[in-house]
Amino acid sequence: MQTIFSIAVDALAYGMVLFVISIGLSVTMGLMRVVNLAHGAFAMIGGYIASYAARDLGLGYGLAVLIAVFGTIVIAVPIERLLYRRIYGAPELTQVLMTIGITFCIIGIANYVFGPTLKTMPLPPGLRGSVDLGFRSIATHRLFAIACGLAVAVGLWYAIEKTAFGVKLRASVDNAAMAAALGVRTEIVYAVSFAVAVGLAALGGVVGAELLPVEPYYALRYMVTFLVVVSVGGAGSIPGALLACLLLGGIDTAGRYLMPEFGEFFFYLAVIAIVCVFPRGLAGRTR
Amino acid sequence: MTMATMNDTVATTTAPVKRRSFGRDLAGLAVILALAAIGYLLFPNNLALLTRITAIALLVLSLDLVTGYCGVATLGQAALFGSGAYAAGIAAVHFGITDPLLMLVSGVLGGAFAGLVCGVVILRAHGLPQLVLSIALIHLFHEFANKASSWTGGSDGLAGIAPDPLLGLFAFDLWGRTAYGFGIGLLAVVFALLRLIVRSPFGMLCRGIKEDPIRIRAMGASPRVAIVKMYVLSGAVAGVGGALNAISTQVVGLDSLSFTLSAESLVMLVLGGTGSLFGALAGTIVFMFFEDIVSAANPFHWLTMVGALLIAVVLFAPRGLYGTAAAFVARRREAGR
Repeated sequence: MQTIFSIAVDALAYGMVLFVISIGLSVTMGLMRVVNLAHGAFAMIGGYIASYAARDLGLGYGLAVLIAVFGTIVIAVPIERLLYRRIYGAPELTQVLMTIGITFCIIGIANYVFGPTLKTMPLPPGLRGSVDLGFRSIATHRLFAIACGLAVAVGLWYAIEKTAFGVKLRASVDNAAMAAALGVRTEIVYAVSFAVAVGLAALGGVVGAELLPVEPYYALRYMVTFLVVVSVGGAGSIPGALLACLLLGGIDTAGRYLMPEFGEFFFYLAVIAIVCVFPRGLAGRTR
Repeated sequence: MTMATMNDTVATTTAPVKRRSFGRDLAGLAVILALAAIGYLLFPNNLALLTRITAIALLVLSLDLVTGYCGVATLGQAALFGSGAYAAGIAAVHFGITDPLLMLVSGVLGGAFAGLVCGVVILRAHGLPQLVLSIALIHLFHEFANKASSWTGGSDGLAGIAPDPLLGLFAFDLWGRTAYGFGIGLLAVVFALLRLIVRSPFGMLCRGIKEDPIRIRAMGASPRVAIVKMYVLSGAVAGVGGALNAISTQVVGLDSLSFTLSAESLVMLVLGGTGSLFGALAGTIVFMFFEDIVSAANPFHWLTMVGALLIAVVLFAPRGLYGTAAAFVARRREAGR
């Protein structure tokens, strides 16, 4: 019972962190049809900036998170302007190569600037302890991660379903050329959603630093996980991504608890099985 | 991927063209042998590196078969290479098959079997899910080899491979001369065979599938079956490379089943130019020498350099080194006429 409970809490926290990081990837992939392998690298940049702000500059946790999110957006937007612009609509292989090239560059630079060691993120006292639920106590940080995930899910749902920008976004996802013909400025929709996606990745990188430790090979190590979430959930679908994160987080965490000697064997086996059964993702639409 | 239609496509069946492409085959073989001889003369003390380049060249050729000729984007090609290497190594260590040619055969069989498995799984999906399947497969192979340590040696690697002398005459010496000669021989044979295969009706069918699968289906051929066949062939070629690596280094490590090796082989292929066997060879040679020089200086700058190189190739030379050079030569010839 104890084990099941801790697996459930850890799986939920892990799944929510995955969701915060990869939902941006899912939306941009559904919108711009770019296979972006560099998304994890942006989460890593967020983690590095927050760690630098909190540890070396001694700023508060909340301020560090804000700086990380905006700093990452400031770094990412020129990259979008200069490099991503050129691969919209290009063949998949070209997109893979360009974004993997960007990932390699970011890893190399991060290593040069921050060194190869693990970066820790000092937690504020409010998130350090644990909360007593009467029969069990949970680490507060896990609860915080879960709450962040839920907040992001609700916020995105509201923004996409209820606001004018969301209508334009959905129109561009369905048919960019038609949306542009009807007066939607797809350029701006693209740029804003790319910035939001990168900001969310940075937020996820900071909040999840306890679960996915920040180090130079972060971008390569978790790249697969984020891509898997998007392709299992179906690109561009928020419920699909949420479902995929919870499912994959559950499988991965259960595998680690129950059969640690097998590593990620069952995780990848599950991924292959799911993609083979649902080639368009759990919530994928037929085109 | 219409941009990768290479100018050495020899679709017509007229006699002069056939003769010319045969001439190109001979020229290609001559270039391989000449480069091998130059390498031997220039780096007599570094034959291990040259043999490694030969093995990786076989891997990149096999990747070209599925990516360049069939249009399947995969980041898991090392699964086939590593399976070939482990098949050859396990045959030698656990079954006492130490004749190099028999080890080669088991490597080919192992690679072809892995190719069949990967082909059947990867072709279940298209686009991003296909890419994810290929990545998941290479990780699955890696984890499996790590777990089955009684057979594969796990993370310590499979050591103790001691191949017999080649044909009973040439022992695998400390300087790696025999291994180098063996490797170059294998590369030349495989290259000649592949030149014939990619020009055959089957090779043409695969190119057609890459251009337009729906039309091929309408013509009555099955794209899926053709690509799975190509995958098995590609597995056999990668298996030759893996077996060569196992025989020459006498050890098989988990790195031969790694995602990094898969990604690097894709980089080499694109650097040289997809859809052309010459491009695959050129990309491998340039990349491996570059890596040897730069990574000796600083491994992390190496990663930044590869990244910058990739971005530069995508932006400025999307057809790769060989493709750009061939297009340049063709333009000059047009202008001269």
